Amino acid sequence: MMSSLQRLGRMTLRFFARLGRGNLFMLRVLAGMPSVLPRFRLLVAQVYHVGFLSLPIIVVASLNVGMVLGLQMYNTLVDFDAESALGPVVALSLVRELGPVVAALLFAGRAGSALTAEIGLMKATEQLSGMEMMAVDPVRRIVAPRLLAGIFALPLLAILFSAVGIGGGYFVGVGLLGVDEGAFWSQMQDKVDWREDVLNGIIKSAVFGVVVTWIAVFEGYEAEPTAEGVSQATTRSVVFSSLAVLGLDFVLTAFMFGEP
Amino acid sequence: MNKTAVIEVLVGLFVAVGVAALFILAFKVSNLRSVGDGEGYVLYARFDNVGGLKVMSPVRAGGVLVGRVVSIDYDQETYEAQVTMRIDAHYDRFPVDTTASIFTAGLLGEQYVSLEPGAEEDYLADGDEIQLTQSALILEQVVGKFFYGQMTQ
Repeated sequence: MMSSLQRLGRMTLRFFARLGRGNLFMLRVLAGMPSVLPRFRLLVAQVYHVGFLSLPIIVVASLNVGMVLGLQMYNTLVDFDAESALGPVVALSLVRELGPVVAALLFAGRAGSALTAEIGLMKATEQLSGMEMMAVDPVRRIVAPRLLAGIFALPLLAILFSAVGIGGGYFVGVGLLGVDEGAFWSQMQDKVDWREDVLNGIIKSAVFGVVVTWIAVFEGYEAEPTAEGVSQATTRSVVFSSLAVLGLDFVLTAFMFGEP
Repeated sequence: MNKTAVIEVLVGLFVAVGVAALFILAFKVSNLRSVGDGEGYVLYARFDNVGGLKVMSPVRAGGVLVGRVVSIDYDQETYEAQVTMRIDAHYDRFPVDTTASIFTAGLLGEQYVSLEPGAEEDYLADGDEIQLTQSALILEQVVGKFFYGQMTQ
């Protein structure tokens, strides 16, 4: 009895200690942000790694999501003779929810895990302490450019996800199933609002970009400097950032679209 | 080109593709867009009520898509809605006494303009106005009339 209570207490304390360390770490990174801008090259290299190299998986996934969405929604809507509503259904689902969320989940798996493993391995091989020895702050030199690149890249990837997904829905709906092309686009334009839907989706993906990359670099920086520790940190990074994205998505949706 | 330059080009490509996708979302998907004109000729029609007709809504004759609505305006002189339609160039034989009606596809579907050809020998040309029109059926009005009829009986 006492021991299980003690374990619960220890877990709670550990959780809050970790949360506090995460926030302090974020403050340090934010303080290091201004020093990234003069070293623009570092940022470009990171955008290449987390952004450009994520393009294939984002494009393939979004095309499939859009096509499946078009097919499924068509089968339901055609019963009500309302298949012309396919355009708004596909576009709204993608722009509001699927684009930001699925792009963030894929980003956590594709780029977040790589960031954690890279930083964790740097720590395990004592490259980070080596830098400190040379009076180079690893938070400024290693972590800050990666965080900034993630925050910059994920909204772009999410926008691309939505656009390609709508293309996939268009291909299946209009190209294969014969929904009227004009109705598809005109109803979509009628229902999808630029500020309400598109901009809110972009804000969502920016928030996800901060959270996913933050968790990824923090887990890497906090990793046990052993092979096992790095592997655990990578797993935690993907699991925590995925859960954070899904949880935050509900909160953000409630804030953005909850009230009419 | 050295490796840094290649990476910079690829990142530039990534950003350009992202911005292009943003433009697609802005102008093709959401309502930040003006309709460009395609090929064909223009016909006008005046309706008392266009209901839920939209720009880009289809224009059909015998159920076949023959054109699109390009603009809808409210004429303050006659208190009517003026609908501008662009008809495909090879459907150029609509008699001058053609009727334009606004129908709904299914119970919940989108609204469209239906053209029913008349019997005249002369055909409508670019810029002509269709004289015979039938407004959209507004479901609420029909239901309202029905209940009003029931109550007065």
